Amino acid sequence: MATTRERTRNEQASISEDVRLEMYRLMVECRYFETRAQELFFEGLVRGTTHLGIGQEAVAAGFAAAMREDDYTFATYRGHNHALVRGVPMAPIFAELFGRATGLMGGKGGSMHITSVEHNMMGSYAIVGAHMPIALGAAWSAQYRKSGQVAVCFFGDGTTNIGAFHEALNMAAVWKAPVVFVCENNQYMEYTPIGAVTAVKQPAADRAAAYGLERILIDGNDADEVYLTASRVLDRARAGEGPSLVEALTYRHGGHSRADPGKYRPDDEVKAWLARDPLPRLRERLREAGVEEGRLDEIEAGVRAKVKSAEEEAKAAPEPSEDVLETQVWADGGSAWRS
Amino acid sequence: MAELTYRAAVAAGIAQEMELDQTVVMIGEDIGTAGGVFKTTEGLLERFGPERVRDTPISEQAIVGAVMGAAMTGLRPIGELMFSDFFAVAWDMVANQIAKTRYMTDGQVALPLVLRTANGAGLRFGAQHSQSVESWAMAIPGLKVVAPSNPADMKGLIAAAIRDPDPVIVCEHKGLFAEKGEVPEGEHVEELGQARVVREGTDVTIVALAMMVPRAAAAAERLQSEHGISAEVIDLRCLVPMDVGTVLASVEKTTRLFTVEENPRLGGWGAEVVSIVAEEAMYSLDAPIVRITTPHIPLPSAATLEDIALPSVERIVETVGRRLADAR
Repeated sequence: MATTRERTRNEQASISEDVRLEMYRLMVECRYFETRAQELFFEGLVRGTTHLGIGQEAVAAGFAAAMREDDYTFATYRGHNHALVRGVPMAPIFAELFGRATGLMGGKGGSMHITSVEHNMMGSYAIVGAHMPIALGAAWSAQYRKSGQVAVCFFGDGTTNIGAFHEALNMAAVWKAPVVFVCENNQYMEYTPIGAVTAVKQPAADRAAAYGLERILIDGNDADEVYLTASRVLDRARAGEGPSLVEALTYRHGGHSRADPGKYRPDDEVKAWLARDPLPRLRERLREAGVEEGRLDEIEAGVRAKVKSAEEEAKAAPEPSEDVLETQVWADGGSAWRS
Repeated sequence: MAELTYRAAVAAGIAQEMELDQTVVMIGEDIGTAGGVFKTTEGLLERFGPERVRDTPISEQAIVGAVMGAAMTGLRPIGELMFSDFFAVAWDMVANQIAKTRYMTDGQVALPLVLRTANGAGLRFGAQHSQSVESWAMAIPGLKVVAPSNPADMKGLIAAAIRDPDPVIVCEHKGLFAEKGEVPEGEHVEELGQARVVREGTDVTIVALAMMVPRAAAAAERLQSEHGISAEVIDLRCLVPMDVGTVLASVEKTTRLFTVEENPRLGGWGAEVVSIVAEEAMYSLDAPIVRITTPHIPLPSAATLEDIALPSVERIVETVGRRLADAR
């Protein structure tokens, strides 16, 4: 009988080179885009706030590679990665961060609300936990319409301590809704270690039993492992077997938001996690599998050029016109409150 | 025409729309097998099945959030909050998510949804099960707010709310559930944002909403017979969109304005009506505007105290009569 390690290795061998290369490209897109966004923040071009997912790319890419094109993504204010991996173009995201007219949401949303319905990226939600019931609702809709779609809802470890988490998981389990809840446990609830404020060791996985769900705890910095888990839980949801709760262990390389240098984290902890950076890990694995260095260099160079051109395009875009200030409150395009 | 209670008109309006549109679905606590704690959804589970009429746990955030998620992905869902006071439990979903998402996404996300709720006082339920929350809702851009005062409007306005492409909060008044009235048979849909002149008059304009409408109308009869005052009564019906034109036209005719509001004093919908009239019809007025409201207190449960707290026919007659006598 195969050990777990052997079984995992066999499963990993089943992932095609194309899927792995696609995940790598997506992760590089996320990394380069966000790295540049941070630089532009310090240059004063990106205003307001940003919450970066640098270090957490494998969760987004692993799921995206396994999702069907019409599956729904629901993300948090740390949502740039989740938009990019669904194919949302970079220039409108940059423009949204710059507050320009060509922004993905015309400058009305900002970094914390990246949404592209066209790509089934159904939104980034900035109030912790709010999107869990909303994703459940999308799953209920898919179930009612018999569309075979699955809603995938990404959230942080801090979300596991808010009431909406419990309400959504219970109702999803009772309704056998096709929804996958993915906890990106990056170890910190804003500035506080999650373990210091949570009654159980694994904030999501240790609570799965409370909703009659399987305990699923994975290495979120291993794109292969994320992809395999995603494929399994998505199939399960599509087959009508109900929701899943996945806890993916990961780490943000930076602070909680743009103003936070993350100094509350011990140096050796940061060092240990940097050594588990998901990008070099997948790169190495691709090399081991025989992918030539040049091909990976090519992917990286391509993404670098893409980021640069998106940035230029966004920088050249005009500021929003005053005319749009009072539009799109209602479906008629306006904001009239009196008749 | 058929005689229906206000509560039966709720189910009639929903059934009419469910019959016409397969994407209309409904969730809430005790709405299915039990037919609703106020019996407003009776018969809907039997008629439309558990796929379309679904019971939920006591999870207001999940109810409202799920309604939003369903609305943004192709359904026209209805969520019931058993008591309007429970909006406070799910206010993030209502005020931050539902109200703002179309704007924040520059129109990408459509939210054709209805949140129905038993609103208002009169049943001696005390401070946490009797509030009038329509003024909370109207303060948030992105929400439409409807509060019918009779069975015919209940059916027609709930149908309009379901058909509306935007989020609509329908306040069903607990104190009116047993009231009967003639309701058009067959398809009946009203238009949102249309006030109704319930009674024409020439001396004063009284603007009211929901349970305050029958009280204002009864007060107008007494003002006529006891004081010789001719009162025009307007049922606002909708707070957002608000039919300002009907109010302004009436005030220009009568030159005197009273609002009758069940809500506590501060920030009530009447304050908005008053500010509009002050800005746009000041020179039509012959007397100060008067708001008749509940005092700025949580509602008490004892019948005697609740009755004193809410604007009554007596208080409306007394207030309007005294203000006009003072002016003469």
